[in-house]
Amino acid sequence: MQIDASNLHYRDLNQRIRQEIAAGEKRFDLLNVNGQRYIADGIRGDIEFDIHGVPGNDLGAFMDGPTIRVHGNAQDVVGNTMNSGRIIVHGHAGDVLGYGMRGGELLVRGDVGYRVGIHMKAFGERQPVVVAGGRAGDFLGEYMAGGLLIVLGLGLRPGQRLVGNWCATGMHGGSIYLRSPHAGSEVASGGFRRATSAKGPHAGSEVASGGFRRATSAGSPHAGSEVASAGGQRPTGQSELDSASVAGEFARAEPATGDDRDRIRPYLEAFCEAFALDLEPLLRGHFVRIAPLSHRPFGAKYAA
Amino acid sequence: MSRSPDQHTELRASSSGLPARRNRTARAPIYRPRDFLWENDAERCGRCKRCVQQCGFQAISWEDGPVVDLAKCVGCHRCEAFCPQEAITIRPNPQYFRPHPLWTEAHRRNLWLQAETGGVLLAAMGNDLPYPVLWDNLLLDACQVTNPSIDPLREPMELRTFLGRKPDRVPLVSRQGELGLGEELPPALELETPLLFAAMSYGSISLPAQKAIAMAAEECGIMWNTGEGGLHPDVRPYAHRAFVQCASGRFGVHADYLNAGAAVEIKIGQGAKPGIGGHLPGEKVSQAISETRMIPVGSDALSPAPQHDIYSIEDLRQLIYALKEATDYQKPVSVKIAAVHNVAAIASGIVRAGADIIYLDGFRGGTGAAPTIIRDHLGIPIEIALAVVDQQLREEGIRNQASIIAAGGIRSSADAAKAIALGADAVAVGTAALLALGCTLCQRCYTGRCSWGITTQDPALTRRLDPYLGSQRLINLVRAWSAELEEILGAMGVNAIESLRGSRERLRTVGLDRPTADLLGVKPAGVGA
Repeated sequence: MQIDASNLHYRDLNQRIRQEIAAGEKRFDLLNVNGQRYIADGIRGDIEFDIHGVPGNDLGAFMDGPTIRVHGNAQDVVGNTMNSGRIIVHGHAGDVLGYGMRGGELLVRGDVGYRVGIHMKAFGERQPVVVAGGRAGDFLGEYMAGGLLIVLGLGLRPGQRLVGNWCATGMHGGSIYLRSPHAGSEVASGGFRRATSAKGPHAGSEVASGGFRRATSAGSPHAGSEVASAGGQRPTGQSELDSASVAGEFARAEPATGDDRDRIRPYLEAFCEAFALDLEPLLRGHFVRIAPLSHRPFGAKYAA
Repeated sequence: MSRSPDQHTELRASSSGLPARRNRTARAPIYRPRDFLWENDAERCGRCKRCVQQCGFQAISWEDGPVVDLAKCVGCHRCEAFCPQEAITIRPNPQYFRPHPLWTEAHRRNLWLQAETGGVLLAAMGNDLPYPVLWDNLLLDACQVTNPSIDPLREPMELRTFLGRKPDRVPLVSRQGELGLGEELPPALELETPLLFAAMSYGSISLPAQKAIAMAAEECGIMWNTGEGGLHPDVRPYAHRAFVQCASGRFGVHADYLNAGAAVEIKIGQGAKPGIGGHLPGEKVSQAISETRMIPVGSDALSPAPQHDIYSIEDLRQLIYALKEATDYQKPVSVKIAAVHNVAAIASGIVRAGADIIYLDGFRGGTGAAPTIIRDHLGIPIEIALAVVDQQLREEGIRNQASIIAAGGIRSSADAAKAIALGADAVAVGTAALLALGCTLCQRCYTGRCSWGITTQDPALTRRLDPYLGSQRLINLVRAWSAELEEILGAMGVNAIESLRGSRERLRTVGLDRPTADLLGVKPAGVGA
């Protein structure tokens, strides 16, 4: 059913949705969504949402099962503590994407903001997956305990950084896959580089100068046709990949193996299917896998 | 390209040109005196070896008689309690050190342990330094001659307490001559007595311990609190009397969990460890804990220090309403914070962010594990925090918008009554509940070896705690405190806890300095009404 969200407060919109679901409705087209928060918050079951416009913060928080397609950008904390389901964002998404998520998939065509995938965890059959088409900001995968974070770097221009600082800090489970469409130039220009110390005096200036500029909701909902241009690049410069600088002290980065590629392929296929992209150019990129050094990162911290 | 962790650390150190953030440590043994002496009276000893079996810390072995490894003895008294011959005595080690008022024995012991291990000191239960306990500087009023006291044996006393947002006004409407409420009241929790069990997760305590607490809460008509450990199926039947917690690790938090509880609590901080997170070590993450927290077996359960979706009062409001949306506005939302310097302003922000309940945890609050230095030196007393928060909310005219739960070292019904007179709607007890389960306060919960089966996950130890017997002890405690509260109310000449609530006129200070008494808003003893 269609709901026109114009001038509707989030509480009224969400209450309406809950009532319609209670009455048996399974499919929603939400029109003129303009920043309403908490859409599909705590909703369970096989429900579908097509959101036209920009949904507000906490889209799909605590969600358990539904599928959401956002035909535009999304704001902060998409998929907060999500249990299962799928959220597809055709534009960019903001900060704290997938916080504490333990299942389901988040597919974002464009860039994602800071603190993405913090404390994602896996449990039993549940493997949460985040695929970001563009770039990711600082603290990607901080405290990560499980699942998959995939950053594809589509539309990444030479000199731009694929991920921000402090990637994988405190990571103790799961895997992060980074795809560099033009690895050679990027590593040379600091694309994979991460500030070397939490107390480094230059961290601030680094963010300011080379840093990642986060997507705003004013950005283009369709991130463009960079697959064709980026995909044609031959992967080079693998040897420059410096584990310590990309993955920090809690994790290790290594070139993705064939098994890694097999592992992420289904999600790349899902990404391409969701956004009508060709898989082959995507696969030609150079992938690295970041994995934790320990499941017990603080095991030796205490006196005993 | 494969590197060992150590090579990795070196690489990092050299490539950055900076020293590695954490230098490698190696154990460097040092002389450390033992905490306790353990003595067995050989003449009384029945040679039953029960002491060997009972010690959760494996401090006692048998070589033609019990042999104790004093380095492992924590003074928990399990062996002594189960010795049928009463042959065992545990005493503090009287070893004489030249006294020094600055370098106390505790400082020396801590320092030696750190020199040996290079680790952060760990502690459990509440702050054990002799800071002033302000409850002991407060006295309650009583009736004499001019205002009659009430006999609670003869007259009904009202301890029932409602927690949650109270409306600014209650509009009444007439429907065909019948008066009714003009608008729906916000959701509220009904407690038979103004007590709750404090947040203690399955993981920090054993399942039998949590089950005992949950059953007692149900029987007594009060509330228990899941802590940040999810909801195990065995305690699910008691969830309707539980606060279900949502904290930074989001362990076990999902839509069913949120809707199963009576209230949802956002845990920002804990009195024993304000501003820091928690680490449940991977070796305690058993299959059952893994299922309840919804994390892999054997993986550290790390609760980051902040919730990474909350960096401001506005962000807190966002999570409060995300939880209200997820529970269709049917559950009160509580926000738990540690009492810190700026607590009054923070509490005001929390109320304005939409919280229905504020849970204030003072610096003496308990913990299953915290860095000693944090436990012993951060935060402020609950007595002062409670008084200034209540005052601030009253001055702003928003006191009705949220209830206050006070916790952090409530030892008796007298402490509870004083807290309520200072402005609390109810008090929460954690350590007191564990003591009622048989805890002897050895303060080694963080080892996971609790001989009494309370703060361990070892099945051989947890089965020592009978949840039914445990819950009966807790029920007895709640009954006893409630009866005492009725006695106190009667002596004060009031017949409802509501009449004592926030009534600082019924308190007086003894031996308190003027600024502290002013902060508490309590007159000195000897000053009349």
